[in-house]
Amino acid sequence: MKKSEKIAGSVANYVDERTGAAKWLKKNLTKVFPDHWSFMLGEICLYSFIILLLSGTFLTFWFDPSQREVVYNGSYAPLSNLTMSASYASTLHISFDVRGGLLMRQIHHWAALIFMAGIIAHLLRVFFTGAFRKPREFNWLIGVGLVTLGIVEGFLGYSLPDDLLSGTGIRIAEAILQAIPVVGSYLAFFAFGGAFPGHVFIPRIYTVHVLLLPGIFLALITVHLMLVWYQKHTQYPGPGRTEKNVVGYPLMPVYMAKAGGFFFIVFGVTAFLGAVASINPIWLYGPYTPGQISAGSQPDFYMGWLDGLVRMAPPIETHAFGHTISWNILIPGLIIPGILFTGMALYPFIESWITGDKTEHHLLDRPRNVPNRTALGAMSLAFMLIILINGGNDIIATHFHLTINQIMWFTRIGVIVIPPIVFVITKRLCLSLQRADRELVLHGKETGRLVMLPHGEFVEIHQELTPAQKFILTQHEQPEPLAIPDTDAGGVRNPAGIKGKIRSRMSKANAEQVSAPSETEAKAIDGGHH
Amino acid sequence: MNFGFKKVASYRRHRFAAPALIVVALISLGTTFSMASALTGGPHMVGAEQTTLVQEGKEIFARGCSSCHGINAEGGNIAPALVGVGAAAVDFQVGTGRMPMADMSQQAMRKRPVYNAEQTAALAAYVASLAPGPAAVNDAQLTFERDGNTAQGGELFRTNCAMCHNFAGQGGALSQGKYAPTLMGVEPKHIYEAMITGPQSMPVFSDKVITPAEKLSIIKWIKAAESEPNLGGASLGRVGPVTEGLLVWTLGLGILIGIAVWLAMKAR
Ligand code: HEC
Ligand code: HEC
Ligand code: HEM
Repeated sequence: MKKSEKIAGSVANYVDERTGAAKWLKKNLTKVFPDHWSFMLGEICLYSFIILLLSGTFLTFWFDPSQREVVYNGSYAPLSNLTMSASYASTLHISFDVRGGLLMRQIHHWAALIFMAGIIAHLLRVFFTGAFRKPREFNWLIGVGLVTLGIVEGFLGYSLPDDLLSGTGIRIAEAILQAIPVVGSYLAFFAFGGAFPGHVFIPRIYTVHVLLLPGIFLALITVHLMLVWYQKHTQYPGPGRTEKNVVGYPLMPVYMAKAGGFFFIVFGVTAFLGAVASINPIWLYGPYTPGQISAGSQPDFYMGWLDGLVRMAPPIETHAFGHTISWNILIPGLIIPGILFTGMALYPFIESWITGDKTEHHLLDRPRNVPNRTALGAMSLAFMLIILINGGNDIIATHFHLTINQIMWFTRIGVIVIPPIVFVITKRLCLSLQRADRELVLHGKETGRLVMLPHGEFVEIHQELTPAQKFILTQHEQPEPLAIPDTDAGGVRNPAGIKGKIRSRMSKANAEQVSAPSETEAKAIDGGHH
Repeated sequence: MNFGFKKVASYRRHRFAAPALIVVALISLGTTFSMASALTGGPHMVGAEQTTLVQEGKEIFARGCSSCHGINAEGGNIAPALVGVGAAAVDFQVGTGRMPMADMSQQAMRKRPVYNAEQTAALAAYVASLAPGPAAVNDAQLTFERDGNTAQGGELFRTNCAMCHNFAGQGGALSQGKYAPTLMGVEPKHIYEAMITGPQSMPVFSDKVITPAEKLSIIKWIKAAESEPNLGGASLGRVGPVTEGLLVWTLGLGILIGIAVWLAMKAR
């Protein structure tokens, strides 16, 4: 059987990490990587980043990051002789007067979107399978850093061409900056070198976009991958796969060949999109002028949720000590995103605090076996999706014949009501899936074949699972709730205080499980039934 | 948001100052139009011809419009008075099929016109006879192909219209379920009349705000936008980044994940 070969091969391939530096090269080239489609999401991010570096470098040859006013006399007639910033004019120049320029711009922008979508998909995979658990918390933090910086990098790139839509976006960013109490207006003044829009902002964000952030990205991605290397890749549970080995293919040549091939596939898909689908047609938007605004001004999707939050905030302001605090911008623009991203960063630590689990994990969870975490993830996704919908409320309104107000109120209420509902439903769903697993292990698969017994009774034939299938369905750990005593030895109530109480409540909710059948249970049924 | 319009306005003045000849041409064009709009009837109508037309219009009005607008167009509970709205408003509303209104629960929508050109002209003449108002225009008067300036029209459009109609004239949502419709395929004279009459939630753009010559430039730009090829590939609706985001999650990431699944399967 292939499987047994694989196991044998993996055992042979398994090389202890601490065998010494002399074997380093050999060891690394035969390093084993497990194989699963969801492990390629990270690769999508890496490859689209490389595409961004290449296409971005191409763009720098012609892009002029300056807010100096110029008169356009390039080949796009509907804008000829208009006064505009040099950065807008040079983006037009790249689009219409540089060979392959428009294709490169579109590849750069599509790659940026694929990069962000890939990061989010990758993050979700890591979250739902529990890959962030010890010893990989640090890599989770790097990942959260990469998403955050990706959003910033994308926003800055989007702002560079200085067109009507992106200018509107910068204007909103400035408003968010200004909403920070006390220091806000100074910060905005500093960032724009005076009043909005000023003349220094584009040159400044250009340096950040092409130099500072890409540098930080390279550093973070390198550390990220080195950590994957040293900690080895996680794997999905299966026969022969333990917390102590990695089953898969050696880096050379199998994995390298596959990875190299996949790079060209990512490049191909990006180039295909760049060639056939228009993206950010800045010539239609027109140059940015503070006096203009367009209906349906939107940021890219990775900023869209933030825009949706800002749009749904009710207008609340307070006036104190001669300052106005605009809660309607401060809360959606800074406070909620701050809470979301901090919570996301700290999640591995919060979870291990709740479960009390301090052991290392190299086998991934099947999401259904960790109902609480899965439900929390689904709930957060629901939250993001709802605010994202509100970010596109005007477009949705015109295309689905709804009113902006309907969508606004639906999302305002929905953002509070729907996530908890999603939590409960997802948790129930996980538990029923566990129950179904248990049934499968105990009674086998239904085959649909009916058999008449000698005394006339009909029974359906159930086909027993293979040992490998059984193993997958029963291998998971089943956490016990933490035992936090209500009273200590001296009879004093609640020694751990409120914190302890919360912890024990959460740990109890977390441990809710349908118990996987034990070996004896399975045996008992086997003996009795057939 | 509260944006100032100063910058654009001063720039526009500056561009106008350049060739004196154009200025003269524009001014004369402008006066022609404002004089035309000061007239109550159509510019070519005289005497008896005009009276019969008004009479005919009054009859059509009584049958088709008076149920809502009142027998003498004095207005009613459900529809405004039409005294003083002028021929332009009627020509626009009836010519684009908005009037007679079919569904009162919504904003008046563009439909197939109920009345033909003569009947529309008669209705317009009748309403114009009630009190002076902006006159209707015809396509021949709108020499936008010759006198308009596309780039300048685009600039004016982005300053005055894009906030409701979107940067490419594709339309957009307003509050309370109202919307600004797409401007693609709208006849030049109806664009002109929309600007001078301000239908429903749209403001009136008087000749002081946007001169007649500038209005021609706007029309020229809209027509150019209409026929502009999609330079970067499929246009995705020209509505901005929302459709781009949808495409990247479905087609972009969809294909890549599909291939990843296939690659992982092949290995086994
Ligand atoms: C079912 C009722 C109804 C009928 C029938 C109707 N209208 Fe109207 N009309 C309205 C309403 C309501 C408005 C105001 C729309 C708004 O402002 O949202 C209106 C607005 C108008 C306006 C615009 C007024 C302005 O201030 O610019 C004109 C012109 C007009 N109607 C002409 C007509 C003519 C001509 C007819 C007959 C062919 C007609 N209407 C038939 C309901 C009606
Ligand atoms: C405040 C928002 C707003 C602004 C600004 C605005 N419009 Fe409109 N426009 C509307 C609305 C709303 C309608 C639909 C009116 C109706 O239903 O009758 C409309 C209708 C039109 C129509 C008729 C379209 C059709 O389908 O028949 C034209 C043409 C038009 N606008 C042109 C313009 C131009 C040109 C400008 C700039 C000079 C402009 N609009 C500025 C809101 C606006
Ligand atoms: C994670 C990495 C990156 C992201 C998410 C990103 C995103 C973007 C986006 C969305 C735009 C707007 C493009 C448009 O439609 O016009 C842009 C523009 C630009 N980017 Fe990047 N970018 C990244 C990396 C880079 C790098 C590494 C460089 C250069 C070395 C670069 C150079 C440029 C330049 C010059 C522009 C402006 C030119 C133009 O808009 O046509 N970018 N970027």
